[in-house]
Amino acid sequence: MSKSYLPEGMPIPIPMDDGLDTSYWEATRRGELMIQKCADCGTWQWGPEWLCHNCQSLKITWKKVAPEGTIYSWERPWHPVHPALKDHGPYIVVLVELRHAGNVRMIGNLLGDPHQDVIIGSKVEAVFEPHDDADPPYALVQWKVV
Amino acid sequence: MRERTIRGKTAIAGVGETTYYKHGQSPDSELVLVLKAILAACEDAGISPKEIDGFTSYSNDRNEPTRLAAALGIDELRFSNMNWGGGGGGVAAAIGNAAAAVACGYADCVVAFRGLAQGQFRRFGQGAPDPTVSGDAAYMSPYGVLSPLQKYAMRAMRFMHDHKVDHRVLRAISMASYNHAQNNPRAVMYNRPLSAEKYDDSRWIAEPCRLFDCCQENDGAAACIIVSAETAKDMKQPAAYILGAVQGSDHRCGAPVMNASNFASSSFASLAPRLYEMSGMKPQDVDVVQSYENFTIGVMMAVVEHGFCDPDDCNEFFQIDNLVAPNGKMPLNTSGGNLAECYMHGLGLQIEAVRQIRGQSVNQVPDADVAINIAGPMVHHVSSVIMGSEATL
Repeated sequence: MSKSYLPEGMPIPIPMDDGLDTSYWEATRRGELMIQKCADCGTWQWGPEWLCHNCQSLKITWKKVAPEGTIYSWERPWHPVHPALKDHGPYIVVLVELRHAGNVRMIGNLLGDPHQDVIIGSKVEAVFEPHDDADPPYALVQWKVV
Repeated sequence: MRERTIRGKTAIAGVGETTYYKHGQSPDSELVLVLKAILAACEDAGISPKEIDGFTSYSNDRNEPTRLAAALGIDELRFSNMNWGGGGGGVAAAIGNAAAAVACGYADCVVAFRGLAQGQFRRFGQGAPDPTVSGDAAYMSPYGVLSPLQKYAMRAMRFMHDHKVDHRVLRAISMASYNHAQNNPRAVMYNRPLSAEKYDDSRWIAEPCRLFDCCQENDGAAACIIVSAETAKDMKQPAAYILGAVQGSDHRCGAPVMNASNFASSSFASLAPRLYEMSGMKPQDVDVVQSYENFTIGVMMAVVEHGFCDPDDCNEFFQIDNLVAPNGKMPLNTSGGNLAECYMHGLGLQIEAVRQIRGQSVNQVPDADVAINIAGPMVHHVSSVIMGSEATL
């Protein structure tokens, strides 16, 4: 019995070769959400970059953030474009603003009934979804309505 | 300082297309398709292929200019240019880059082209079945965000939320293309009309888009020949003068994991004002609109961002009667476009704009002097162009 939202066999995320986002992927396996913040100007930044897009400083730090956000947008794919999704049916993808991290956005699935009404502006909290048996193991950040 | 504009300095003097096929059904290889389209454009322009001295394309077209130049027997290749960015965002940029090369004297006769043979190569809409992903894809693919529509649908969902847009807007855009295709024997969807009921009954691909909101995938090739205005004036066809061309996107449009500053957008917000300034035109001056349909949601936002409709008025503006030639207020995608003519990665829409200026369209807008062509909405590097008849100079 799969405990993941989408079926087994979806692409496995791995950190970038250059190490840019290793901190993020290690943190998700601990059940923590780490987001980039500029040590010079305090700008939150996502996705990961080597320098601050606001002040171009190279002093980028990783900060642990309370995994809570707000649904900014969403979609409900029906047509399967990956072999693992064949005959799976619809699923919900949400774009979530992290209100404790300058409203940077993250993508995840919205847990629960895939046919549910999705309301932009709804408060959501993260649910860490471990894939310990994958090679290499990883964890996804999923979302549920609070 | 001299005025920095390409307004009226160059023109499209010839256009060519191959037969348009359903994807995977071309009997010719992609290279042969491209060569056939270029030969057709030369025939249309009344020139020898040996007069070509430059090539532009986009979306990493696989047919390199040196290969084409060798095959065509071109004496001297003077210019080649590839516009970065995937998808069709570079169509108008390829025209604009060719115009810039001619206007600046790099070359005299530049072909903007695109070829696709998806039987020979892999298809667009399919997610890559790589077992592992990193970078931006690592934050999307494991959640089932793989295809182009899945990557752009959330931009429109937010736009539709902010401006209370009804789904009938998307239906009207789709029906306009299918309506026009019924008069176009070149169209893959010729003799395949789309009713409101058929649209409403079609399956969801990814909400907010149904099947008929999505472009086809096709095989074929198309080409446009760009020369100086002086040269074009005395050639075989009436010239379609390039009045303005812009490309790019606004603040952090390409920021990873959908963190663009202006997210609920087709990426044209900063480009459209520059296009109108360069061309000396206003939205009210435009007679006919060709707006690349990767998906109807992109057309909706691109038409808004080019000033044809206030974002809060979409439900009233996007009515089928307003969008259909010859009498609609804003005739849209008059060949059938990417939805119903052919997904020639948008170059077919450029050719349709030229036909309208010449008065040669199967859905001719009366006295069309000014045409706009909007390329690849929602991708992270987009482009648009305004062209006009001799009367606009």
